[in-house]
Amino acid sequence: MEYEAIIGLEVHAQLLTESKIFCGCSTLFGAEPNTHTCPVCTGLPGSLPVLNKKVVEFTIKAALATNCRIAPRSQFARKNYFYPDLPKGYQISQYELPLATDGYIEIQVDGGKKKIGIQRIHMEEDAGKLIHDFSSAREAHSYVDFNRTGVPLIEIVSAPDIRSPEEASAYLRKLRAILMFLDICDGNMEEGSFRCDANISLRPKGEKGLGVKTELKNMNSFRNVQKALDFEIRRQTALLDQGEKIIQETRLWDAARGVTASMRGKEEAHDYRYFPDPDLVPIVIDPAWVEEIRSTLPELPDAKKERFIQEYGIPEYDAEVLTSSKPLANYYENCVRFFPQPKIVSNWIMSELLRELKKDEREIEECSVPAENLAALLRLIDEGVISGKMAKSVFEEMYQTGQKAEEIVKAKGLSQLSDAEALTKLVEDILAAHPKEVAEYRQGKEKVFGFFVGQVMKATQGKANPRLVNEILKKKL
Amino acid sequence: MELYQLTAHELHKLLIGGEVTAQEITRSVLERIAQVEKKIHAYITVSPDLALTQAAQADEWIKKGQAGPLTGIPLAIKDIICLQGMPTTCGSHILENFYPPYEATVIEKLKAAGAVFVGKANMDEFAMGSSTENSYFGPTYNPWDLERTPGGSSGGSAAAVAADECIAALGSDTGGSIRQPAACCGVVGVKPTYGRVSRYGLVAFASSLDQIGPLTKDVRDAAQLLTVISGHEPRDSTSINLPVPDYAAHLGKEIKAVKIGVVKECFEEGLDLEVKASFWQAVNTLAQLGAEIKEVSLPHMPYAVAVYYIIAPAEASSNLARYDGVKYGYRAKGVSELLSMYEQSRSQGFGAEVKRRIMLGTYALSAGYYEAYYRKASQVRTLIGRDFQEAFAECTALLMPTAPTPAFRLGEKVDDPLLMYLSDIFTIPCNLAGLPGLSIPCGFSQAGLPIGLQIIGNHFQEEIILQIAYAFEQHTDFHRRKPNL
Amino acid sequence: MKISKEEVAHVAYLARLHFNEEEKEKFTTQLNKILEYMDQLAKLDTSRIEPTFHAVAQTNVFREDIVRPSISQELSLSNAPDRDRGFFRVPKIID
Repeated sequence: MEYEAIIGLEVHAQLLTESKIFCGCSTLFGAEPNTHTCPVCTGLPGSLPVLNKKVVEFTIKAALATNCRIAPRSQFARKNYFYPDLPKGYQISQYELPLATDGYIEIQVDGGKKKIGIQRIHMEEDAGKLIHDFSSAREAHSYVDFNRTGVPLIEIVSAPDIRSPEEASAYLRKLRAILMFLDICDGNMEEGSFRCDANISLRPKGEKGLGVKTELKNMNSFRNVQKALDFEIRRQTALLDQGEKIIQETRLWDAARGVTASMRGKEEAHDYRYFPDPDLVPIVIDPAWVEEIRSTLPELPDAKKERFIQEYGIPEYDAEVLTSSKPLANYYENCVRFFPQPKIVSNWIMSELLRELKKDEREIEECSVPAENLAALLRLIDEGVISGKMAKSVFEEMYQTGQKAEEIVKAKGLSQLSDAEALTKLVEDILAAHPKEVAEYRQGKEKVFGFFVGQVMKATQGKANPRLVNEILKKKL
Repeated sequence: MELYQLTAHELHKLLIGGEVTAQEITRSVLERIAQVEKKIHAYITVSPDLALTQAAQADEWIKKGQAGPLTGIPLAIKDIICLQGMPTTCGSHILENFYPPYEATVIEKLKAAGAVFVGKANMDEFAMGSSTENSYFGPTYNPWDLERTPGGSSGGSAAAVAADECIAALGSDTGGSIRQPAACCGVVGVKPTYGRVSRYGLVAFASSLDQIGPLTKDVRDAAQLLTVISGHEPRDSTSINLPVPDYAAHLGKEIKAVKIGVVKECFEEGLDLEVKASFWQAVNTLAQLGAEIKEVSLPHMPYAVAVYYIIAPAEASSNLARYDGVKYGYRAKGVSELLSMYEQSRSQGFGAEVKRRIMLGTYALSAGYYEAYYRKASQVRTLIGRDFQEAFAECTALLMPTAPTPAFRLGEKVDDPLLMYLSDIFTIPCNLAGLPGLSIPCGFSQAGLPIGLQIIGNHFQEEIILQIAYAFEQHTDFHRRKPNL
Repeated sequence: MKISKEEVAHVAYLARLHFNEEEKEKFTTQLNKILEYMDQLAKLDTSRIEPTFHAVAQTNVFREDIVRPSISQELSLSNAPDRDRGFFRVPKIID
């Protein structure tokens, strides 16, 4: 029996505001525990929330960038449950009247583009952090830090339009890129500023109804999302093939063991008892405000990619890679500005530069080679001052030391010998010194050509301009 | 005449005239507390040190000519309002040792006005009750008859004012908790328009209904206290940004031709005969003063108690979820597991009425019942609001008795929750509609128990109801009678 | 009977309250009486009535995205029933 996977994804993204959603405490990560708190975010008796306007602005941006409809009237609601990281015993979120609904983003799948629907985007507050073990010693306690309580989140719920783990990954990458392009989220999955839960069910191919779905949690990277979905598809397929029923439950991804495990037994009936938060008044979005925000939107990934293809004449694949992050796209464009040969720049960035960055696990923003410097290097190759091969080692040096290309070339005396007269004389000398090989070549042994090139390179410590060497050798032979 | 027997405005004259000092006034009130507090039990915490320090500070300001109407005036603060330096208990075991690390806006305003705080007043636990019998710290006794309750939930505040254990007090009102005890204790109590006074620092019971307000010996004091505590608050999203009038400046205007509506639904079922009699006498007095009396109808008023006892407990069940033993408040001993910690701490920390309302509220919001209860009640709330607006199309203010009976006996209603809830039948509609309402003494029963008249105005028309109240008060002398203590 | 003893037990769990048998009985009786009183609301036709969730209508109350001083760690923990190394401490949560 062939099954089709129906997948929906829920993303929680932390917004890059200075202060929390309902109070003025700082959102900065990494402070000493319980030092970024106040009566409001710790739920002290008598405290009251006041909405950070920037959170609304950022959410509108996210809604516009994902083609959502912005609700004319929106309201916060209380989601009531007990947990030590939830100081008020309820989370302020949105329920019946979210800020945005009915949008979509486009992803690339083999065979073209696909629209993945977005059901809703709403605002809510983050909870605190729980620490269960300080050391390997068995602890009888858990520890609560409320610094993170009240950091603003948007929850983005996709429609169940995703059909494979690959599509899920593509959706997440695209969504993350959009939020980062908007500068509203830093997309850091490891640190928890971009989190993903999945809902997945299977149905026999061709059928219309929906199967029983399970919810997957605890996937902290794109790879883990894909692996978890892969595993769950196999698990559900096996059960269904044996005629067993799928239990609706929440399952945690265990990366170490590569399996999803049921939370059954620890799962309780959650009745959140949502009701409109009486402490927060409704939000009425003025269309003029939306237009003002729309006019400040940056060029988004898809539009940038299309433009790169048109403007720079680079292939789609290259454009996709170069526009996967805004800093990288900016780097590319800066480089092209200084050295207007877009295809060459693209090749260099995608091969040499990204490789070095990946080795170091660094981001483009931390790259020791500024765009102008790379451009300068490329110019040197273009002018024939150094060979392409030499340039690669120069680049490595540039990356390690941060020095400019010219400095390195000068310091190491690496400029190519492009003096035709000098090279011609050298070639003549070498040919004169190896009559046997010359004879062999003229008799048809073409491989000997390489020997002569090698000799020239040896004599010039690799600095001879290979093009010229080839030309001159051919002429002389 | 002892200093503690005077009103704030009388004391103010003496202060700026240099005839008396703030410290003398405070000492007089503290002595009075020492005298009668054992009988009344109006306070959970008395704060003589703070009070005398503040009084000394007030004397400095008075010397410099910087005195305002409340400078040097000793106040009782209902223990649901956060004040630093001593516990804010909300009348509950669960907050018995809670020292707030911040203060309510109204406290900041009163400190800036130079007021003196003599103590935190007793109350029904988390403001849930109509008799102050639900206090973890024991009940307060009505100064007019120590076997009766002072009303609630601001019973401590009302009793303290009536017994001269403070010059004036702050209470909070969610379903009548200022007005009803004011009526039971023969003092003035004002619930402002919702959003008039900041709720920042007021421990929440029902967020869409709670308001802080004054309890005082006369209308002028109430007007002055209201002016000081009112005003827009950026830390409270439900606070309304409108200028605050000098309410006392409006007093003394005539009420000729002011249209006042008597709500006919008050007389449909067994209203206590003495309350009825005092009420109609008061109506008569107002007519004599020139007011035009009409009959109005609030057809959905009979449903108000049901609406209130769904909405208020629902909001309360959510507001009280934070009392979980994690960050502050009572945590049960000997618990080594999370669920037990929650259940034991809350079950041991909360009293029966609080638990009852949390259960009611949780149920009203729960899956399958939200539509039938919370949402339905909220829709009827709209109907009640509309009734009032229709009435206000014809009248400037409305009249009702404050409470269906004078103060009842301790223990009389404690075992019948529904009966207790019905004590709020006349005060609840105001909170549901967010309207300002006040209670002033309008008579006494044969047994010598005070009876209150309730005057209700449209949104942000406190000055009108205070005007009417003042006109009535100046024409009568109910407010001058004092209990025999 | 509007609410059974089992429902009462469930609601108590949602509210993290614990009752003994006697209390459960008493609550069930009291809650039933109160809920029956609420039945009168069903008599009213509210099909076209918008609910009132806020006593006085107001919209769009915001604050600017400016950082304000937090309270100190010491003050934040000052009422903690149990604390350690700058954290609030609770019984171990077994996930």
